[in-house]
Amino acid sequence: MSYFRAENLSLHFGGLKAVDAVSFAVERGEILSIIGPNGAGKSSIFNLISRIYRPTSGRIFFEDQDITEQPPYDIARLGIARTFQNIELFENATVLSNLLVGRHRHSTTQLWQELLFLPSVRAGEKLHRRRVEQVIEFLDLEPYRDKLISGLPYGVRKVIELARALCSEPKLILLDEPSSGLNVEETDGMSFWIRDLKNDLGVTVLMVEHDMSLVNRVSDRVIALNYGRVLATGSPAEVQQHPDVVAAYLGA
Amino acid sequence: MRFLFKTDYEDDIKLFPHSGYFVSYGLLLAVLLIAPYVLSSYLMSQLVFVCIYATVGVALLILTGFTGQASLGHAAFLAIGAYTAAYLQKYGVPFPVYFLAAGLLTGLIGALVGFPALRLQGIYLVIATISFAFIVEEILARWESVTNGNEGMRIKAVALFGVTVSRDSPTFYFLCLALLVLTIVGTLNLLRSPTGRAFVAIRDSETAARSMGVNVALYKVKSFAISAAITGFAGVLFAHKLSFISPEMFTLQLSIEFIIVILIGGTFSLHGAVLGAIFIVMIDPFLTYLKDDMPGIIAGIAAMFGAGTQGAANIQSKVAAFASLNGLKGAIYGIIIVLFVLFEPLGLYGRWLKIKLFFQLFPLYKRATFKRQKIYVKSERNR
Repeated sequence: MSYFRAENLSLHFGGLKAVDAVSFAVERGEILSIIGPNGAGKSSIFNLISRIYRPTSGRIFFEDQDITEQPPYDIARLGIARTFQNIELFENATVLSNLLVGRHRHSTTQLWQELLFLPSVRAGEKLHRRRVEQVIEFLDLEPYRDKLISGLPYGVRKVIELARALCSEPKLILLDEPSSGLNVEETDGMSFWIRDLKNDLGVTVLMVEHDMSLVNRVSDRVIALNYGRVLATGSPAEVQQHPDVVAAYLGA
Repeated sequence: MRFLFKTDYEDDIKLFPHSGYFVSYGLLLAVLLIAPYVLSSYLMSQLVFVCIYATVGVALLILTGFTGQASLGHAAFLAIGAYTAAYLQKYGVPFPVYFLAAGLLTGLIGALVGFPALRLQGIYLVIATISFAFIVEEILARWESVTNGNEGMRIKAVALFGVTVSRDSPTFYFLCLALLVLTIVGTLNLLRSPTGRAFVAIRDSETAARSMGVNVALYKVKSFAISAAITGFAGVLFAHKLSFISPEMFTLQLSIEFIIVILIGGTFSLHGAVLGAIFIVMIDPFLTYLKDDMPGIIAGIAAMFGAGTQGAANIQSKVAAFASLNGLKGAIYGIIIVLFVLFEPLGLYGRWLKIKLFFQLFPLYKRATFKRQKIYVKSERNR
């Protein structure tokens, strides 16, 4: 059984088939990239997995559990974290409190305990803080700890989104265009981090990406989509030479 | 300038980041504790209202400032707290019990209001909370067997462990101050715990909060419940201070006053709620002073510029008529809100921060430091 799999996943908006009977599987510890032209349904698949959209049909399984009907907040609790294409950080909060929200799924304290800030809450906060510090160190975010998000440049925000997802200690991480808006140097950094995610932290990565050089460098396998359907699956080189993929990108 | 060196994770959690805070807050507390033995009874009475308004301000701040859910219904929560106290007192329930009961009942009703609010956002939520306030006002006026209708209810002085605490006594002031301080400390504790961070997360991006595992619906209801409960507690003291309550005291105007408290104080800071409360409590006597004295002063000026006795008297009566127009107070409140939103969106507390920074950096302060800049397009929201 695969670690994560989608079976016949479909999302229809009226007559528009954004995602049409897509099936794929992710093995534990691999980096799988989804590529495809604009409007191919890549981000829609992410939004289906994180339950922002409800699938028209099809099922999603994670660790042999059917998560198709789980409420959105439970997806994170199961160990699936994500980043967003257009950055969804908490703008008026500091980097530190953004990252601490990433720890939310690990918080165990009750409201009344928090109102009194009992020792259990204090201990929990210190633990969260230590874990967050490990992520800060991992992604070199030390200079930004106490800065407000609204004053930070785009490239840094992108890394903070990744950091926030990592703070939840995910088993599977969904990266929605991690390199969009980044310059060549920042993209390089991102590719090292994505490989470190897999090698050092043992996180399984499912990624949507347009930058083929990044895809080639980090992916174990690639899925190509067009018009909501799977065109090809395989190693990065195989997929890029597949005639249907070439036709989709360059025109037949 | 002071540079903080953090050597422990505890440093990020502490309520007072450095020793200077102990000095300044210690001094403030000392002043507040000796105030009843120094200030006139009129000022003491105003100070009690500042405490009550600030408590409601903090409650509203939790809901509006930190969770991002606007409410124009807090006068109704205050009313529920006040009436619960008055009703239970009638049946001989002791103060500590009906104080707690009023807070819990208001919290429960707040949670119930929170449920329909889950589907509403922004202006629609404001309309829903206004409707809730009107419903409560109507119920208070019509449910005569319990609320005594428009005739209102009397509420006797607080009886605390057999001692009667008059509403003008220092003890009553200390009660109000204690409620305010406890509310502020509780809120600060909340803000440095997972729940407070979840509130702020919901305010800034519901989608991201959800994907981080925050149960948005549950936390919105929690925020409503906490905010309402605190307002209910404040309502009990409000009722005792006034010693008489009737439905027309808890109108939309009062809800708007609470909004002014947090808007003028500064929407994101607890300091702001207190500053805003001072502002709103002191503006009323100030306006009364203007209303009483302005016509005479203007007439005097007119006479000085040779308007003649008849002309001056004429002007005086006209100004006096204008000053006692219905709704003038509402218009002045409206203008104040508009001016603050336009020119000082960070409120009085923001202004204080700027002044403080000016002296810390003197002579290097740059006006552009607080200029709001928007560098990147705000990301689209899945709403």
